[in-house]
Amino acid sequence: MEEKENNRKLEVRDVSKIFGKNSKRAAQLLNEGKSKAEILKLTGTTVGVKKASFDVYDGEIFVIMGLSGSGKSTLVRMFNRLIEPSAGAIRIDGEDIVHMNQEQLRNVRRKKIGMVFQNFALFPHKTILENTEYGLEIQGIAKAERKTKAKESLRLVGLAGYEEQYPNQLSGGMQQRVGLARALANDPDILLMDEAFSALDPLIRKDMQDELLQLHHDMGKTIIFITHDLDEALRIGDRIALMKDGGIVQIGTPEEILMSPSNEYVERFVEDVDLSKVLTAGHIMKKADTVQVDRGPRVALRLMKQLRISSIYVVDKGNRLLGAVTAQDTVAATESGASLEEVLIKDVPTTSPDAVLTELFDEVSTTPIPMAVVDERNHLEGIIIRGALIGALAGDGQFINNERTMEETEPAAKGVTGHE
Amino acid sequence: MNKLLPRLPFADWIDTGIDWLVNQFGSVFDGLSAFLKGTVEGAVDLMAWMPSIVLAVLFALVAWVLSTKRIAIFTLLGLLFIDYLGYWHSMLQMLSLVITSVVIALVIGIPLGIWGSQQPTVKKMINPILDLMQTMPAFVYLLPAIFFFNIGVVPGVVASVIFSMPPTIRLTMLGIEQVPKDLIEATEAFGSTTWQRLVKVQIPLAKPTIMAGVNQSIMLSLSMVVIASMVGAPGLGEEVYRAVTQLKTGVGFETGLSIVIVAIILDRITQHAGKKKQGGRVS
Repeated sequence: MEEKENNRKLEVRDVSKIFGKNSKRAAQLLNEGKSKAEILKLTGTTVGVKKASFDVYDGEIFVIMGLSGSGKSTLVRMFNRLIEPSAGAIRIDGEDIVHMNQEQLRNVRRKKIGMVFQNFALFPHKTILENTEYGLEIQGIAKAERKTKAKESLRLVGLAGYEEQYPNQLSGGMQQRVGLARALANDPDILLMDEAFSALDPLIRKDMQDELLQLHHDMGKTIIFITHDLDEALRIGDRIALMKDGGIVQIGTPEEILMSPSNEYVERFVEDVDLSKVLTAGHIMKKADTVQVDRGPRVALRLMKQLRISSIYVVDKGNRLLGAVTAQDTVAATESGASLEEVLIKDVPTTSPDAVLTELFDEVSTTPIPMAVVDERNHLEGIIIRGALIGALAGDGQFINNERTMEETEPAAKGVTGHE
Repeated sequence: MNKLLPRLPFADWIDTGIDWLVNQFGSVFDGLSAFLKGTVEGAVDLMAWMPSIVLAVLFALVAWVLSTKRIAIFTLLGLLFIDYLGYWHSMLQMLSLVITSVVIALVIGIPLGIWGSQQPTVKKMINPILDLMQTMPAFVYLLPAIFFFNIGVVPGVVASVIFSMPPTIRLTMLGIEQVPKDLIEATEAFGSTTWQRLVKVQIPLAKPTIMAGVNQSIMLSLSMVVIASMVGAPGLGEEVYRAVTQLKTGVGFETGLSIVIVAIILDRITQHAGKKKQGGRVS
């Protein structure tokens, strides 16, 4: 936790935005805990954002998600004061944004925060290169230097060669790349992306998400991403803040939001999520029962009898997966005096813990023995049985491991690992 | 009703006010008057110094550069036709008056429009004044203009400026306000100063609309030439006025047609100048 305190990039404390005349009275009512609807009735003012508090850490992708009208765009515009907050504190690298004068604020906007807009907001009278240069141009940077930087930025987003075109000659996806390049050219610490991909069609959107993740991986910028699309949020967010009626309902990792919704609203929000694209093998695997290869067929057979299972995974002393044996083969081995190694089935289905469930359906449904989950050094981490896969897809929490609960459920899980 | 509310002598107040202005600032108005007269007449002399054919070709070339070949040809033929009818000098006098008034209208109007677009209070103050300028019958302010500037071309210029300035101001404000909000947001988000936002984004994007305003100002200024001639401004307007008062229908049409030709030339050239040179088409 202490480490996190140190690399806090953006602090948001009790930030509210009230639109309308009677904002003082409305702020007071907010403090009394009145809802958005009540305040509108009593004062005629609209609460855009109410008492939002959170931290964004250096280098993470923080997604703010909510339906339209939930205040997410208003909230993000307060970070660079395109909208003035009515109350609360916003600090970037410990610097108070709310009380900056125009000059200081301009500097923050020029150096620290880049922004990408939903409808691209490119300047139609400027070429792609001139658009990308804009942020540098207004800082008075020499022409040659800003040209070099802008070209580099365009190259990063895959638009080298389009410098002399005009925005209306480009497709939507390409225009938004220019928007991204324009924001990156300033080399800001924080990138604000307001529904940046919402205007794009689904295939292009997915490409852009992948590229954003790649860019984020390469450049390590802090990204604050606004979206109304839960799938998008789950895909790219390190952490997600869910907003409703101007307030933040829950903040957590995608998994926390999915698996332990903090209230009914979040629950309803996430109930339509395609779990098979979110959950991974690691989430549903169970502790595997194994036998070390040098223990011999008799021990293996005893274990299988005890556990009432028809096959068992065989590992070496370092818990590295060697293969599996079936009860039938093991019986034959004890009779003929063969070693376990001789009856070992080496061609067993395996997968990595990061594989999402959609990738597993095919093999899990056809394989006679449970699928093995191994890490990159071939250590057996767990197994996937059909029942758990189906249970997890049905949203049944008892089949889904949280990092913490994995160990806790271990003893209980032992009995469940059996399979016909 | 009349007995309940005593009639306030508005008319007397205005007369007194104008008298006071003429007495107090007489020398200022005289200086201004001399300057305007010198400008208009200097321009006429300069243009009249050239043979008519040379000037006509020169105008045609300008039309070619700013617009299209077709308009250039029309300009050449139209001007030569006016020369053929024998109204060349009158046309130059009218043109000089129109150009002088339009330049003054733009020099005052465009900055005012930009200011109004930035300051809602300024806009609120300007708008009713613009309504007044456009709807108040021209004769009403022609009269005090004579008190301030004497008879001649100068009150004509002043009346034209007053009548032709509103579209420039209005369309400048409109053009700047029509720049999409997300573009303004983008300029702000990158840390532009107000000046940078105006010069680099708002004014370039408002240019077609501003040019439409300039075009309107030229047309309105042309429509004032006959009225201006009533206070002694020379030119084609004067010819029309004389023909009408002497019931010479044929001459009236000839001179009227000459004004129309000049109007079409100026209109087409400014319309095209507004559309041209827009690097990227505005989507």
